[in-house]
Amino acid sequence: MKRLHLLATITLAVLLGGCSGGNAPPEQYGANPQLPAQQRGLLPDMVIAKPAAWGDHLPTVPQGYTIKAIATDLRIPRQTLVLPNGDILVAEGRGGNAPSLKPKDVIAGYIKAKGTSPVKGGNRLTLLRDADGDGTYEMKTVFADGLNAPYGLALVGDTLYVADQDALVKFHYTVGQTHADGAPVKVTDLPSAINHHWTKALAASADGRYLYVGIGSNSNITERGMTAEVDRARIWQVDAQTGMHRAYATGVRNPTALAIQPGTGALWAVVNERDELGPDLVPDYLTTVRDGGFYGWPWSYWGQHVDPRVRPQDPEKVASAIVPDYSLGSHVAALGVAFSSPAVGAKFADGVFVGEHGSWNRSDPVGYKVVFVPFRDGHPAGDPIDFVTGFRGKDGLTRGRPVGVSVDPRGALIVADDLSNTIWRVTPNTPSAAVKPAAPATTTGAAPAASAGEAKM
Amino acid sequence: MSVAVDRVRWALHPLNAVLLAGALALFLGALLSDIAYFRSYAIQWSNFSSWLLAGGLVVGAFAFLCAIVELFRTRWRAWPVVYALLLLATWVLGFIDALVHARDAWAIMSTGLVLSVIVVVLACVALWIAFTGMRAGGAS
Repeated sequence: MKRLHLLATITLAVLLGGCSGGNAPPEQYGANPQLPAQQRGLLPDMVIAKPAAWGDHLPTVPQGYTIKAIATDLRIPRQTLVLPNGDILVAEGRGGNAPSLKPKDVIAGYIKAKGTSPVKGGNRLTLLRDADGDGTYEMKTVFADGLNAPYGLALVGDTLYVADQDALVKFHYTVGQTHADGAPVKVTDLPSAINHHWTKALAASADGRYLYVGIGSNSNITERGMTAEVDRARIWQVDAQTGMHRAYATGVRNPTALAIQPGTGALWAVVNERDELGPDLVPDYLTTVRDGGFYGWPWSYWGQHVDPRVRPQDPEKVASAIVPDYSLGSHVAALGVAFSSPAVGAKFADGVFVGEHGSWNRSDPVGYKVVFVPFRDGHPAGDPIDFVTGFRGKDGLTRGRPVGVSVDPRGALIVADDLSNTIWRVTPNTPSAAVKPAAPATTTGAAPAASAGEAKM
Repeated sequence: MSVAVDRVRWALHPLNAVLLAGALALFLGALLSDIAYFRSYAIQWSNFSSWLLAGGLVVGAFAFLCAIVELFRTRWRAWPVVYALLLLATWVLGFIDALVHARDAWAIMSTGLVLSVIVVVLACVALWIAFTGMRAGGAS
């Protein structure tokens, strides 16, 4: 094992030789990120997380907050959903069945697998409950089993929607339920051939009439051919009643998490952008999703920056590409987004939390944390603030990788960690005065719009 | 007299010959696939190229080993040295070509195509020398 590790290190060192810049990364947060020139050496930069156990370590949170693991030994937890009674549903699974097309895929697949958990995906929903409100989730039970790499979760009234990697399904749900009544009912099939990017993000519109499903591209940058990209790299709007869908937005390379903004009802997404154009290209982003909008992939990025790797080119599509709202930085791998609430505390009351899984193709790793993007007047205002860090040490030892984030009615942030297979909960030490009536296990007071927003992932 | 001895000593070993011809065929296949991708944008050709190059490198590496053995067998005569160096150059450029082919989609072009041409030309020259170089050397 040790020898294997050494071998991998040497292989990496050899592979990486002389292709890293080592300069300080450019300022890449916000609406106008610096976009350096494209570059690609003979070998892509790869620095893979070295998994390590948490032991006595804990992630770092801001002063005035406490973090605690509320569930461990899960099977690849990705996204979470806080139910109206405070119960937490966790989607566990690992999807994708993209075959290796080139020798490169075989080698890269082997190397990348070293930075992830060896545990088999659960293909299930686990329910966590803190019945007495003391912050310890004493109940951990399987809510539903036999799913196919479930990821996106949303609750609309008494219907629980789950986005598997190949279909949108639903369960009937009544508050307090700990086990699904029966097998899920299919709402609609989702594009699943190859499934290079298999995660299907999910959010319900404020009125519950529509479901938005994020469908990632089937390649980094069309290297599996354009025919593999039919119905990919887009966000579907699915009619909850009929299961009919239309493309709500296109050119969105990998929309890994969706959220409805409380109050406005606007759809927001975090999107992972393309690789192999250099360590500081292309920024992953947070954006409102415009109905009918085209966001560039594959022909261009960040508006009109043409990607020369795509043939045939399409100047008309490039011209129509929308510039996203807010850059989160290149290769951070944003996989979770959740709107905050006043209950979280004054400094973090208005904005979104973003879970960043962390880079694998950058010599100076980035991400591996949860950040808070402050909002003002309904739009991002200011640089991201670190909210949960310490997942990856300076020594390269990586203890966790954040994925989905949710905010619970008590003002706590729930973070799924798919490396250590843990659910973390970050709580304010002094409950915010603004939400005094929020009794632990009963949040019936939330308006429909707010609860749908809460239900985003 | 010495010419006759030289001729006997450097008849290409059949194993070396088949490895050399195999490498050339694989590199040539990669070049043809590259041309097809260049003309059609059909991505599958680039996958074919990648694997053909990988095959050419494996077979070519064994051909190079044979050439090294040949060097010792012929006590470092000129043509076997040239032959071995040509094979080495073919392999190194073929390896760089394989790395270029690991790029995504059109990022392979046009560097990959140019390298594939050079690799095939080098492999052809190596093969030419392997089969005729000895005679050329003998004539002088």
